[in-house]
Amino acid sequence: MSQAEPAFVGEGRRFQRVCDILALHQHDPARLIPVLQAVQHEYRYLPAEVMAYVATALHLPPAHVYGVATFYSHFALVPKGKYVVRLCDGTACHVKRSEPILQALRQKLRVSAAKPTTPDLMFTVETVSCLGACGLAPVMLVNDTVHGQVTPEAALKIVDDLLTKEELP
Amino acid sequence: MRLGTQEELQHAGQAYAAMLEHCERRVVVCAGTGCVANGALDVYKSFCLGIETAGLPVLTELKREAIEAPADGGVFVSRSGCQGFCQMGPLVTVLPDNTLYTRVKPDDVREIIDATLRTGQVVTRLLYLDQRHNTPCRGVPEIPFYQQQHRFVLKSCGSIDPESLDEYLSSGGYSAAQRAYTEMVPKELCELMTRSGLRGRGGGGFPTGKKWELARLQPNPQKYVICNGDEGDPGAFMDRSVMEGNPHSVLEGLMIAARAIRADKAYVYVRAEYPLAVKRMRKAVADAERVGLLGDNIFGSGQRLQCEVMEGAGAFVCGEETALISSIEGKRGMPHPKPPFPAQRGLWDKPTVINNVETLATVPLILKNGVEAFLALGTRRSPGTKTFALTGHVANTGLIEVPFGTTLRQVVCDIGGGVTNDAGEPLSTGFKAVQIGGPSGGCLTADNLDLSLDFDSLTGIGAMVGSGGLVVMNEHTCMVAMARFFMQFTQNESCGKCVLCREGTKQMLMLLDDIVTGKGTLETLTLLEQLARAVQKGSLCGLGKTAPNPVLSMLKKFRSEYEAHVVDKRCPAGRCRALVPPDISAQKCKGCGVCLKACAVGAIRGERKHVHTIDQTLCVRCGACVSACKLGAISGAQL
Amino acid sequence: MNNANVVEIDGRTMSIGDERNLFELIRKADVDLPTFCYHSELSVYGACRLCMVEVEGRGLVASCSLSPEPGMKVRTHTEELRELRRISIELLLANHEQACPTCVKSASCQLQALARRLGIQKVRFKSTTRPHAVDRSTPYLVREPHKCILCGDCVRMCSEVQSVGAIGFANRGAAVSVQPAFGKDLAEVACVGCGQCASVCPTGALAPRSEVEQIWGALGDKRKTVVAQIAPAVRVALGELFGLPAGANAIGQAVAALKRLGFAHVYDTAFGADLTVMEETHEFLKRKAANEPLPLFTSCCPAWVRFAEQYLPELVPNLSTCKSPQQMLGAVLKAQLPQSLGIARGDLVIVAIMPCTAKKGEAQLPKFREGNDADVDHVLTTVELAGMIEAAGLRWERLAPESLEMPFGSKSGAGLIFGSTGGVSEAVLRHAAHAQSKGAAAVATKSVRGEAGMRETEVHVGDATWRFAVVHGLAHARRLAERIRRREVHYDFVEVMACPGGCVNGAGNPVAKDKATRTLRTKGLYDADTMLEAHVADENQHLAACYRDLLEAPGSARAHALLHTHYQHRCRLQGETLALHQAPSGQGVSVNVCVGTGCHVRGAPELLRGLLRAVDAEGLTENVAVQASFCHENCDRGPVLTIGDQVITRCDLAKAKKAVFDAVRS
Ligand SMILES: Cc1cc2nc3c(=O)[nH]c(=O)nc-3n(C[C@H](O)[C@H](O)[C@H](O)COP(=O)(O)O)c2cc1C
Ligand code: SF4
Ligand code: SF4
Ligand code: SF4
Ligand code: SF4
Ligand code: SF4
Ligand code: SF4
Ligand code: SF4
Ligand code: SF4
Ligand code: FES
Ligand code: FES
Ligand code: FES
Ligand code: FES
Repeated sequence: MSQAEPAFVGEGRRFQRVCDILALHQHDPARLIPVLQAVQHEYRYLPAEVMAYVATALHLPPAHVYGVATFYSHFALVPKGKYVVRLCDGTACHVKRSEPILQALRQKLRVSAAKPTTPDLMFTVETVSCLGACGLAPVMLVNDTVHGQVTPEAALKIVDDLLTKEELP
Repeated sequence: MRLGTQEELQHAGQAYAAMLEHCERRVVVCAGTGCVANGALDVYKSFCLGIETAGLPVLTELKREAIEAPADGGVFVSRSGCQGFCQMGPLVTVLPDNTLYTRVKPDDVREIIDATLRTGQVVTRLLYLDQRHNTPCRGVPEIPFYQQQHRFVLKSCGSIDPESLDEYLSSGGYSAAQRAYTEMVPKELCELMTRSGLRGRGGGGFPTGKKWELARLQPNPQKYVICNGDEGDPGAFMDRSVMEGNPHSVLEGLMIAARAIRADKAYVYVRAEYPLAVKRMRKAVADAERVGLLGDNIFGSGQRLQCEVMEGAGAFVCGEETALISSIEGKRGMPHPKPPFPAQRGLWDKPTVINNVETLATVPLILKNGVEAFLALGTRRSPGTKTFALTGHVANTGLIEVPFGTTLRQVVCDIGGGVTNDAGEPLSTGFKAVQIGGPSGGCLTADNLDLSLDFDSLTGIGAMVGSGGLVVMNEHTCMVAMARFFMQFTQNESCGKCVLCREGTKQMLMLLDDIVTGKGTLETLTLLEQLARAVQKGSLCGLGKTAPNPVLSMLKKFRSEYEAHVVDKRCPAGRCRALVPPDISAQKCKGCGVCLKACAVGAIRGERKHVHTIDQTLCVRCGACVSACKLGAISGAQL
Repeated sequence: MNNANVVEIDGRTMSIGDERNLFELIRKADVDLPTFCYHSELSVYGACRLCMVEVEGRGLVASCSLSPEPGMKVRTHTEELRELRRISIELLLANHEQACPTCVKSASCQLQALARRLGIQKVRFKSTTRPHAVDRSTPYLVREPHKCILCGDCVRMCSEVQSVGAIGFANRGAAVSVQPAFGKDLAEVACVGCGQCASVCPTGALAPRSEVEQIWGALGDKRKTVVAQIAPAVRVALGELFGLPAGANAIGQAVAALKRLGFAHVYDTAFGADLTVMEETHEFLKRKAANEPLPLFTSCCPAWVRFAEQYLPELVPNLSTCKSPQQMLGAVLKAQLPQSLGIARGDLVIVAIMPCTAKKGEAQLPKFREGNDADVDHVLTTVELAGMIEAAGLRWERLAPESLEMPFGSKSGAGLIFGSTGGVSEAVLRHAAHAQSKGAAAVATKSVRGEAGMRETEVHVGDATWRFAVVHGLAHARRLAERIRRREVHYDFVEVMACPGGCVNGAGNPVAKDKATRTLRTKGLYDADTMLEAHVADENQHLAACYRDLLEAPGSARAHALLHTHYQHRCRLQGETLALHQAPSGQGVSVNVCVGTGCHVRGAPELLRGLLRAVDAEGLTENVAVQASFCHENCDRGPVLTIGDQVITRCDLAKAKKAVFDAVRS
């Protein structure tokens, strides 16, 4: 969609998307998880009021929806950054010393386990347990791109490159 | 097109095989996650472009329409799933030459085209180099990593195009399902599985035939089958590779399981971190539906089967069957007490069979090759093969498959090529341990190198096959820190339902924290052990019951290392930062004296403008000096 | 006894009957196995792990999750089991802010009791307690999440038995907690105040909100005249807290104690119940005669009323307009006592002693006050009353029983049995039969008694056949309402009690250890009924006088003013709105469309989508802000759209467009 379009039209459209998602899943309460996944895809996180709407539409108590959304680590209840950096801390990566990479990233972006997202909503740094590419340990995922055999320096370089890219008009 | 009969299946397979015959060469680029991360997709593109530029006919897809008028010649460029040797990726195989190129960059493609594709020559510099004899290996059979393996379930994974149903058909795909639906009744199928001795690859090693039989006998007419592709063990990726590399084999196994219990609905539950596996499984299902392999009246048997692929949402515990069921039902993935077992009362309270990906992928092979052939593999009580994810301090990491009964030594030394240091350089000595079965498993030491890897002998020594993670650790690994790492994992992944696991793992982690930071005492060890046993005995589900395994087995095998931490406040491997004595670097110290003032116990000596030193007998490792030194001249001792 | 069908429990042979699990059988063997998470009326959860026993050949197993099988050899206490239980309790205590002396549940806390039983003298683990905010948002419950041991009983009670699901588990692992949706306060979600969650809570994490301090204050205030009314179900349970068996009628001691505590007068809520019978029967017969919508639903349980207001908007017109007995008597007392006692209304303090938490909420509803003065000022639970008796140092066994005072202490047996499920129906039947066929053949009024969660009966009165249904537990009520809505069943009269078993099992009463306790309390009420002279409400002589002097006649305008009320649809989730569309200027016409359940099923989403499209198409994005919110409390006339002060019910796209475009233009 064009940049010129006012943001609020986007909101309305997202709501329509949510309605479509619900319809696609036939308003079946058993399909709550795929519904939330699709909704999160739209919003990049799960706003409480949207979850409330999903609860209403699926005839579920809101506490149930909230319970599910807070159980699974893939659901985010606060917005994540534009770039989600997920550093693998699975066994293979841990043994191959993923820890210093994490430290380096957190230090550079001034984030922590408790506050994983930069204030400008640009980066989120998380750890995951095994991305299933252990042969390349340590592994780092930036959005959907897998980076293998990462070192602290390499990780910082990846972040720097993204920052430079963002600064370009 | 509809594939409803044996003839139709065979015809479709043969037609494809015929098309393949007409291709002069085939280039298989590994497009598993590992190789893709290393740039395999660019390599693939370079091949397509490069071959075209070179004026050779290039095929990226073998189309059915071409059957009538097969064009002779041409190079078929295809992508495959993971071939297990990701470390050496991107991998490129040229057929029929059977040449395997490793670490191929887009820039190398030109040379391969010119040499191999045009003239059948080998580009030696891209071959795998056997370090031990310093000889280049031309193909898989010569590479030590592959030599001791028996690739059975993974056989087609690294060669066929996972997105092509035809390709699966051409290797006899779905013929086992066809037999199961047309020539066998459910009871026979269950008996066949029981005779084969197949045991679940998902961790527990439960006899698959018995599980099916239990579900088959349930009177409820509505039943379900579920493929467990949640693979959460942090350091294992076998199931991923199978789902990405040969999704139809999983689906065929699932169809057979459905037949064996007369289920009409199947689910494939795939871990959220595996988007490609989700995509591949969905495509496989859609393709199978399109040709009538799924749907109503399968193979004219009157039985119907629908299949749905569901993506997990990030919870290790959902690998546990009852939690997985809750998750499919749209609930929090909290396990339920067993009994009732899912085979009695599972999804929507209906009888449900849950099998692991690898288990299901083995099923069609048993039907195809016969029970006898299967029993000939592996050991008596653990027939068949097992895939392992070999990682850690070992020269060749990757996905391997060996018959049960292979020894640890064969795996670590022959296949793995021996132990390495952190940087991946081989060490002649220095093997310390192998963690098998991930956070639920136990550790094996040098004493166990000749242990046969199978369900029973591992359980016998307090370890388990588990999902198949094999992490090799060298002597610079601190076993307390490792135990702590696994504890951290299980603690993070505990669902929080039952007291012993939720609170117990938290306390165990705190006790281990105390030990690695030098705050532990011998009592800490005793309490840790007592608590570990309670958590093991009392937890509700497998996660909690097995969470103490790493701690307990490491405590047993490496007790002295634990004692060194709590008694001598020393980390023998030198990895626990808090236990490493502070050390002033003579190069960096400018003799400013700040540390001297910071040290509360007067352990630091030194003249102004001269390098300072620390009296280790006085030092209590508080770390004050480390943070005080503005020049970063002091290392270690950080609590 | 079939020899093959036995289990050996600690050497004792027990034959297997219809027990749900091994746990029940062990109980039958007189072993009080520790548990936090097993509850005979809830699903098996298996989380506390305290019920583990050793079964020969199987090792340690959780007895709540296992069926007894013939030949099992069970040991319930071995050193291994004791250690396991000790560690479990220690782990819980390590994560528990141990504030027992000042904890509301101190006297009945099972965590404390088990720590004592297991002889725990030291917690070997480090404390892992985390601070949690205490939730005092509702008048009826206090949530202290830091005292929660996550047994899940409350969650299952609220969803399985009450079908409300106001609270649930949130987060995972060590961070798990029990919370209302989105971490809100209880007052902002669909909780109906039944308090059953607190009844099953083994610790002080969920407890009725005490009003004891305010009552002490009133009692100590010389200017105030403090008058008590005491509900039927209180008298058959209060004694349990002083060592009497369940069901023992302790009204005499209760009156004596209240007097000693400083209450000026003590009256009987059963008088209010008799009023309810008169009014409700009148309403019922009138509706029946006028062919008005039936069934008539009872309205004496405020938790049920709240439930209906939230979940069953289309059935709200079927709710009896009668207030609950507590509010009826409160209104009558506040209307009459100031005059007869010669005091100002403002100086009269009415304290209702109730087995109930929902009544605490009811008493505070704005519609039950005159100006600032509530008809019922405070509601005290049975347990709280016992606490006051103890605090005052009154020795229960020495209390000489005293009588309730007239006139408002009088009642018929019909008013008394209100405290049990089926009681209201029976009381109404007795009266209706009495009124219709004076002294004629006895009507099968007892047919509404019983313990089943959903019961129905047909009664023949004269030529007429009335169909009655009795439900208790809100999940049963929901199911019944669904069937009524789908016209699968038809009833003339439906009695609903939120608490399983009715008020005898209310959350203000001491926690009933088992179903037997509940049965005994019920029996206590029916026994008391037989002891009275009058069994039909209109045989209560003082009631007749009250009608004569104050209320005129059942259903009269005066009676309506004092004894009847009205209902409204209620929002289930507060504070959430979906901002779908904001005018960039921050100004413009603000439109809100309800997407709550009622409106949702009536097509609100389609309306919204249409409206958004229309706004876009007409180029009005600059001038209009669109929001969606959850319930405008007009649910049976949805979809509801509001523009400024204007509320449009049964809104469709045409109406919406017109209203919005008009508003923009003006
Ligand atoms: C905590 C936990 C995690 C598990 N994760 C997996 C898993 O990721 N994949 C899997 O196949 N089985 C997993 N299992 C085992 C399954 O519960 C189940 O036993 C298995 O899927 C059965 O299949 P099989 O008989 O083919 O092995 C897990 C078990 C536990 C207790
Ligand atoms: S053992 Fe752990 S994961 Fe399993 S149910 Fe208990 S708390 Fe949940
Ligand atoms: S503070 Fe650092 S630089 Fe100064 S004396 Fe100590 S070690 Fe040397
Ligand atoms: S670690 Fe603490 S005790 Fe040791 S030298 Fe430094 S300041 Fe002194
Ligand atoms: S809940 Fe129980 S253990 Fe906790 S403070 Fe209250 S009485 Fe004590
Ligand atoms: S029991 Fe012990 S801890 Fe409790 S108040 Fe008495 S002296 Fe204090
Ligand atoms: S009071 Fe009743 S409705 Fe409210 S949370 Fe408790 S059980 Fe649920
Ligand atoms: S609030 Fe009470 S009943 Fe609910 S989980 Fe916590 S301890 Fe159990
Ligand atoms: S049934 Fe009785 S005690 Fe329970 S909420 Fe209703 S009125 Fe209160
Ligand atoms: S452990 Fe990091 S990818 Fe598997
Ligand atoms: S991804 Fe290519 S070998 Fe594993
Ligand atoms: S009662 Fe069995 S686990 Fe709680
Ligand atoms: S749902 Fe209550 S008014 Fe819309």
